[in-house]
Amino acid sequence: MGTHHYNLSEQFEFTGKVKVLSIVGILVGVGAIAYGFLSGQEERTFANLLLMAYYFACVCMSGAFFLAVQYVAQAGWSASILRVPQAMAKTLPIAVIILLVVVGLGLYTHTLYHHWSAPGLTDPNAENYDKIIAGKSSFLNVPFFMSRMVIFLGVYSIFATLLAKWSYNEDLGGGLSSYQKSFKYSCIFLVIYGFTTPVFAFDTIMSLEAHWFSTMFGWYNFAAMWVSSLAAIALIIILLKKAGYMGWVNNSHLHNLGQFIFGFSIFWTYVWFAQFLLIYYANMSEETVYFYKRFNNYEAWFYINLIMNFLSPLLLLMDRDNKRSNNVLMVVCIIVLCGHWVDYYQMIMPGVFEFGTKVIDGKPGSGFGVLEIGTALGFLGLFTFTVLNALSKKPLIAKNHPFLQESLNHHL
Amino acid sequence: MSNIKYILGSFGDPDEMMHGIEKLQENNIKIHDVYTPMPIHGIEAKLGVKRSRLDIAAFFFGITGTLTMLTGVYLATVVDWPINIGGKTHFALPDFIPITFELTILFCAFGLVGSYYASTHLFPGRAPRVMDIRATNDRFIIAIDAKANADHAKIDELLTGAGALEVKYNERKYISYE
Repeated sequence: MGTHHYNLSEQFEFTGKVKVLSIVGILVGVGAIAYGFLSGQEERTFANLLLMAYYFACVCMSGAFFLAVQYVAQAGWSASILRVPQAMAKTLPIAVIILLVVVGLGLYTHTLYHHWSAPGLTDPNAENYDKIIAGKSSFLNVPFFMSRMVIFLGVYSIFATLLAKWSYNEDLGGGLSSYQKSFKYSCIFLVIYGFTTPVFAFDTIMSLEAHWFSTMFGWYNFAAMWVSSLAAIALIIILLKKAGYMGWVNNSHLHNLGQFIFGFSIFWTYVWFAQFLLIYYANMSEETVYFYKRFNNYEAWFYINLIMNFLSPLLLLMDRDNKRSNNVLMVVCIIVLCGHWVDYYQMIMPGVFEFGTKVIDGKPGSGFGVLEIGTALGFLGLFTFTVLNALSKKPLIAKNHPFLQESLNHHL
Repeated sequence: MSNIKYILGSFGDPDEMMHGIEKLQENNIKIHDVYTPMPIHGIEAKLGVKRSRLDIAAFFFGITGTLTMLTGVYLATVVDWPINIGGKTHFALPDFIPITFELTILFCAFGLVGSYYASTHLFPGRAPRVMDIRATNDRFIIAIDAKANADHAKIDELLTGAGALEVKYNERKYISYE
């Protein structure tokens, strides 16, 4: 336990190559989306927008969830790295607005959610009357759907902003009052978050295939968003360290993050498999249709998903030394982040394009090309820009956090 | 030549004991082992204790369980009793993942309990062998091999100087408390 000489008012400077690259990323994204719309692939563009907007919002709201978990657990080890998830939490309102716009426009233009929102589905006299959808219409109707979206995401944003704000107040005033407030509101937030994220996942993603349902789907999405957010937090910290910031982060902090990523990758697999096994075992056609689509037209994605999100973290992070290594952890974080893109891809695309890349009735199918990569790069640029911008506004360490010394001396 | 085998420094305070370890190491006196009633953070690094290989053992116990179950399932469902269940292939792997997982855990747990007994000599029914019983209660014990370190007066002085409440000269390594 030596004495430390860290600069506790160190601030991140958001300039130079990173800033330019993130803006280039955003421009690439805008270009790809414009190309998608102009080349008549509205559905595919919207599916990609939904994928990335959902991913963006989920990573940011899980950043707020990370904060809340640390406060409720009264965790000491993480006190010195809280500014990174705080920056993500502060970005959440932007992500929420983008997601709401994408979902709203998708509903309005009937490019997304047309399985349940197309006119006539619930009208017994209409030609395309669908009894199953009509039965679900008290839950799946546009006003209730949109108000759920707005309320859930709005509440998450409010809590995320408050948790970040109190931490900044703590920097100025010190004392325990900010911490105690954060603790109390984190408890409330976790309860709300726990009960509403499954419903949020049912709405945003599962309702793309409105006939099919799975009660595991909410937890499966929760695991995906949580582990991808942990990977994003670890990746940002490692890159900041490599750029010469956050000298106080030692490999015990990385070890903890690595354990988190390892553990929750396995949790993700557990939930994924719990959903898959029951459907596989029971073999009822209304349930197996989900995997039928994925096996027939998206088979490679199905296995890539498991390799990237289960086998890679399992094998690469099992060893203690790997969890403590900057480079290995960074590679795993990148694999996991790409892996959850693949995960969301094979959740969303078969719902929109049942027949994969095949052209049906002159309408182009899905695929993997400029549109996918461009949209992903665009949102990556946006995420980098907004999060680093939020990060650069305040010091990189919460200097009056009550457990700061414990975190600075963290040793496993 | 004395019959003293081990010199034990008995401390009432973990910080004083850590200080004692430092003093002994400064004087190049090799420490046989340290016994404490609770885990002390960072003591392994200080004493240069090698990292436990229990995790590697755990991996191999686990993988044995996995292979045992998969072999068993294969022999049962493909070789001996191939039955058509729900139109699935005979060796329908997803169905058997949960029990494979269970057996992995079971083998791992039993294997680790066995390893623990083997490495600590704590078989059921065996009398515990301890150097000083108070290390399980309120004392922090540093044990020094008396044969390898000849200057007993110096050791006594260092231990007492670091705050040892008591210095014992044991003629036997372990004391049986049956």
